[in-house]
Amino acid sequence: MYRYDEFDHQFVKDRTAQFRDQAERRLKGELSEDEFRPLRLMNGLYLQLHAYMLRVAIPYGTLSSRQMKQLAMIADRWDKGYGHFTTRQNIQYNWVKLEDTADILQALADVEMHAIQTSGNCIRNVTTDHWAGAAADEIADPRPVGELLRQWSSLHPEFSFLPRKFKIAITGAPNDRAAVKVHDIGLRLHRNNKGEAGWEVMVGGGQGRTPMIAVTVRDFLPQHELVAYLEAIMRVYNLYGRRDNKYKARIKILVHEIGAEKFKSEVEAEYARHPQQTTEVEERELARITSYFADPKFERLSRFAPEFEEAKRSNADFARWVKTNTATHKKDGYTIVNISLKAAGEIPGDATAEQMRVMADLAQHYSADELRVSHAQNIVLAHVKLTDVYAVWQKLSEHGLAAANYGLAGDIIACPGMDYCSLATARSIPVAQAISRKFADVDVQQDIGNIKINISGCINACGHHHVGHIGILGLDKKGEEYFQITLGGSSSENASIGTILGPGFAQDEVPDAIDKILNTYKRLRGPGEEFLATYRRVGAAPFKEALYAAA
Amino acid sequence: MSATEKGQVMTANRLGDGLVVFLTRSGDWSERIDEAVLALEPQATAALETRAAADVKANLVTGQYLFEAERLNGNIRASHFRERIRTLGPTIRTDLGKQAEGTAGHFAAVEA
Amino acid sequence: MPLLKNNAFVTDEWNHLDDDTIVDDQPRITVSFARLQRDWDSLANFTGLLGVRLPNTVREHELTPYVPQLALIVLSFPAFNDGRAYSLARQLRLDGYQQELRASGNILPDQLQFMRQVGIDSFEVSERFTLEDWQRASRQMSLAYQRGLYRKAGEREVWSERHQGFAPWEEQPHAG
Repeated sequence: MYRYDEFDHQFVKDRTAQFRDQAERRLKGELSEDEFRPLRLMNGLYLQLHAYMLRVAIPYGTLSSRQMKQLAMIADRWDKGYGHFTTRQNIQYNWVKLEDTADILQALADVEMHAIQTSGNCIRNVTTDHWAGAAADEIADPRPVGELLRQWSSLHPEFSFLPRKFKIAITGAPNDRAAVKVHDIGLRLHRNNKGEAGWEVMVGGGQGRTPMIAVTVRDFLPQHELVAYLEAIMRVYNLYGRRDNKYKARIKILVHEIGAEKFKSEVEAEYARHPQQTTEVEERELARITSYFADPKFERLSRFAPEFEEAKRSNADFARWVKTNTATHKKDGYTIVNISLKAAGEIPGDATAEQMRVMADLAQHYSADELRVSHAQNIVLAHVKLTDVYAVWQKLSEHGLAAANYGLAGDIIACPGMDYCSLATARSIPVAQAISRKFADVDVQQDIGNIKINISGCINACGHHHVGHIGILGLDKKGEEYFQITLGGSSSENASIGTILGPGFAQDEVPDAIDKILNTYKRLRGPGEEFLATYRRVGAAPFKEALYAAA
Repeated sequence: MSATEKGQVMTANRLGDGLVVFLTRSGDWSERIDEAVLALEPQATAALETRAAADVKANLVTGQYLFEAERLNGNIRASHFRERIRTLGPTIRTDLGKQAEGTAGHFAAVEA
Repeated sequence: MPLLKNNAFVTDEWNHLDDDTIVDDQPRITVSFARLQRDWDSLANFTGLLGVRLPNTVREHELTPYVPQLALIVLSFPAFNDGRAYSLARQLRLDGYQQELRASGNILPDQLQFMRQVGIDSFEVSERFTLEDWQRASRQMSLAYQRGLYRKAGEREVWSERHQGFAPWEEQPHAG
């Protein structure tokens, strides 16, 4: 993975010193809150319901074991012993102090991390496929481009005061695990008929109040043109994005209001006038970065590992966990291990400092010293030998990290909701816990099969409920929590926004409602047909009937 | 049993450490909602706003806002569950926040 | 209002005319964009130095007919979070404008480096901040990752330095 050179080190050093200065000026009163707020947001520091919250960047969701251990140390030293992994592959600390934040940023800089631009009206963390560099279906690892764009977007002088936040996602595989179609800019790597790799550039996807699927502005952009082309898109947005209404300020609204064709022509016009004679520096920089993402030294192994098979035969729990929590690796004899942070009844995406250290140790010993954070708030060990999987699972089991529910009904994605967040209209975590307890039996979950349940505690949709197969939105009806259910969303390459089923439910009614939905699915599904496919085949009517028909 | 009084409470976060606080009758900020002053009429509410604005300017607190509350049997109950959560801590981690530090409000976030 | 330029407070030698004051032999004048358009027939022949004060909603192509005659363009930054003029500045520089660009508005020291990097030379600033505040702010970040930024700003350009021996595009005129 990427390693900082002297420039990168200097950059975070300067940035930390700058924030320390800004925080001191704020504490002394030389800066008002109105002036300080945009500055602290650009360093990921929020003011929330109970305390300040710091969102630390985990660029393209990849971190080393050393970095994970530092995150654990920060949790212990400056927070309350835990952190929350987010739907944008970052980590959040809920109880930091302003007066400690510069020290926390220094601790991050010490391990080549930062909290730059994890909030504010600027370009946020570039997110990607959590199986990058390991998945069997990958065309090429997208993370070098993720790193290139991270640098390009960091303290970009022209694009630090955009109309609103800006989120970019990239995928290097045809099966899109990065939700590129619901991002402000989505990039999909693919090959043209000459076998050259290039980018499909999509703009204007997003969730929140007005969910939209992105439109394609370029089918095939050669790699070396990427930075210059993105600059053209950003410039059009910066100049013409709405600034009169915070809820209409994302690029998706601009694309929608002027139309995809007009938007495309504005971008192309801006791009066409670019005076940059050559992109050779960008190409060399990408090549330099790419060398950091070379494959780990894989051993030449057989696809079949007898010890692994024997372990499954003799341990039913292990076998069950392998079935759900491992995924096909591009190399024989290896597998991708997915660690679920969704133990039944626990808080989705939260990990204690101790759990972080355990996962870091496992990465160091068994997975090329590298971990990934997924959009589903789980952790991935991307390169584990089949012969090591049992030892990994045993360790995970000792620390509450072996829930065998990856991608199943218990693997619920939930934002922090009103238990933590000032923006929320309802609590999301208790609903997630109730559903997960109801479906705690892994055999029941396996029978249901792959399903994405997403819960958002407000219309800002940080839980990505619009793209959940089952989406749950927490609202406030006359001072009581009230939950609306949507069905049929998807963040894959065949993206779709879920549709509302009908009137909402009280909190204690939600698990039964989910149960009815899943029973309807099981009744109607074809052989081997997963939930989303069944829904797309039969439509909402049977589900509505199950939920709302008079008893 | 005392009659229920309805009014407004002023809350904010302490600037340096982010702790949630409530404005008291004496003009100090307390961690405990039961020590907050309940402004019962518009003049009292305006006084809270003035004092809070001054303390923001003096760099003591930030993020100030008023919320509706009532006094029941001597304790203050926030009218909306959001502020009740604010006086307790996360409902899913009762080992964290005011509820664990002995400075919580008297009322559950959500009535059973 | 102090005028910050090259890390010092300087005297503003420009006359900023309103829309009705008669133009005669002032050596340097700025006018509003509305007046520039209204009075272009006579202003085009102005013998002194001509500048314009732009609202940040002006599109660059609206300015194109006038740019060759302009020695100063004043860009508006009405609010800290309104970043439109950063793009306008950058477009002007990328398209070859080499005269003075000035920022006007409620500017914080924390914006200074960004503004210089997109090509702004001078700043109408509030008396609230001392010269030392501005000078300290001007050196907070020693590096910039982005390429083709206005070279006079002084930050080291990371990607170009990493790849020495390549003809950098900072040799092009717009990069100062």
